[in-house]
Amino acid sequence: MEILVCVKRVPDTSENEIEVNSKGTDIERDDLVYSVNEWDNYAVEEAIQIRDNIGGGVTVVSVGDEESEEVIRREMAMGADKGILLSDEVFEGSDGKGIASILKAEVEKGNYNLILTGAQADDGAGQVGGMLAAMLDWPYASLVNKIEVLDDKKIKVGREIEGGNQEMNEIDLPCVLSIQTGINEPRYVGIRGIRKVASVELPVHSAGDLGLSPDSVGEAGANVKLIDYFVPEFGEGAEMLEGSTEEIIEKLVEILKSKGGIK
Amino acid sequence: MAQQIFAYIVHKEGVADDSALELLAAAKKIVPDASVTAIIAGSGGDVDAVCNKVAPSFQEVWKIDNDAVSYPNAEIIRGMLTRILPEGSIVLAAHDTFGMDLTPGLSIKLNTSYLSDVVDFEGVEDVNLKAVRQEYSGQVSTHVLCDLSKGIVITVRPGSFQADESQGANGQVVDKTADAMAGDLPGKRRFIEVVEAEVGEVDITKSEILVSVGRGIEDQDNLEIISDLAEAVGGDVSCSRPIVDAKWLEKARQVGTSGQTVKPKVYMALGISGSFQHLGGIKGAPFMVAVNKNTKAPIFQVADVGIIADILDFVPELTDKVNELK
Repeated sequence: MEILVCVKRVPDTSENEIEVNSKGTDIERDDLVYSVNEWDNYAVEEAIQIRDNIGGGVTVVSVGDEESEEVIRREMAMGADKGILLSDEVFEGSDGKGIASILKAEVEKGNYNLILTGAQADDGAGQVGGMLAAMLDWPYASLVNKIEVLDDKKIKVGREIEGGNQEMNEIDLPCVLSIQTGINEPRYVGIRGIRKVASVELPVHSAGDLGLSPDSVGEAGANVKLIDYFVPEFGEGAEMLEGSTEEIIEKLVEILKSKGGIK
Repeated sequence: MAQQIFAYIVHKEGVADDSALELLAAAKKIVPDASVTAIIAGSGGDVDAVCNKVAPSFQEVWKIDNDAVSYPNAEIIRGMLTRILPEGSIVLAAHDTFGMDLTPGLSIKLNTSYLSDVVDFEGVEDVNLKAVRQEYSGQVSTHVLCDLSKGIVITVRPGSFQADESQGANGQVVDKTADAMAGDLPGKRRFIEVVEAEVGEVDITKSEILVSVGRGIEDQDNLEIISDLAEAVGGDVSCSRPIVDAKWLEKARQVGTSGQTVKPKVYMALGISGSFQHLGGIKGAPFMVAVNKNTKAPIFQVADVGIIADILDFVPELTDKVNELK
């Protein structure tokens, strides 16, 4: 099975407080810790496990600037066989459809049976996998939390649906799946593993290499444009308890008692 | 604007999802006085019941009645919608597990723009729709402009729009089954079954006090401080998604749209940032206490009482105090 996993470098929201810059044009990017999108990391782990069970290869691909190299290498240190960076100035400002178009061009250069993406990334859109599948005319399933390879023509997948239930489907290969967190337990990547792949050559493909016209991708090809960032205000907001820990706890215990929070 | 507006409605056992009338409200926020057509796919008596129920609210109701979609297989329904939707349509769906499955590909097949998980609309400027979305797990919001001229497919976050109960549209039910079924339907993804969630050792949907833990707990070994507090206050332990993903607690204890829907009197969110998927599992407006070290955590927007603290330090002290008073 030849598996392509699409990954994205994103600010790590568990490590950062995301703040809007003074003009509202972007988030404050100084001092942000970046990492591979959490969902994508599960997708790479799943691909590695499938390869280890039935053979084949795992390729990790990312659309981004040279800084995305670091996350591709991290996923190679996990066990992916190859990495490809899709990078070009004209890719900047791409919307979801733009990213899917770039990935489609790369998919068509290879011979993949299965494409995995994360179910969503930092923008919460959850769009690229479904778009890519439709462009390729391959079947698609989102929010996948179980994959069982039946034979070289079809797989069985579970989708996470409402209420903790699981929707089971049989899907013909080739197909595109978006992977939900929790499908597996991604392995730890140590410094030594990353050092091992530090000098492996990473092919970089530009718009020209992929046969993409510059006006079909990037800002020029985007139907969706982000205008500004702002801090959401909905509801009245919590009454914040302040003071020393002792004072806060005293207040909180009183409140909990009055609201039936202590039996 | 002459574009037709459609709302794809999901339903279960003959009852339309709550999102149905929220989509109607969302459509009217895009185009005031919009005429909105509902689309309902399913089979047999269920689909008729849903059509009749929503007909008073929509200008028209398009019915697709066939065994192929007695379970909503998004691949098949996408194929059907591609056959019946006019060029340039505005199509709304809920941002739920079905909408996420159906819509990105639908926008490609219809060659329209796409916007997902919209929480508000702020009008149409020229050919561009101005919408509000959230990024970084709800820590920041964005305004986006999206070209409407070739049509658009949009998913709307459940609960973001007040349901439009106005009725009075008295829509006709139009059977679109034949058009939707024309030619070969997609058959590369075949629905097998739904596996029901496992029943856990504790039924948190019945708990009056929930002590709920999230990513802020950092390590499985630290969970003890949460169960100690739960015991002290007489509540049950629940959690957010990352705790179940890490296999630290069983799935039956997960609160959220992909877990349990709970309705306690008091909900303590400890080290939980408060994603909309998590909040979507909390009903009945409980009194909510949030403890988080991230001052920007969205949970502070919806909680009644907030404390900025590291739960690893704060929770044991709280437990001691509660026990002291007993």
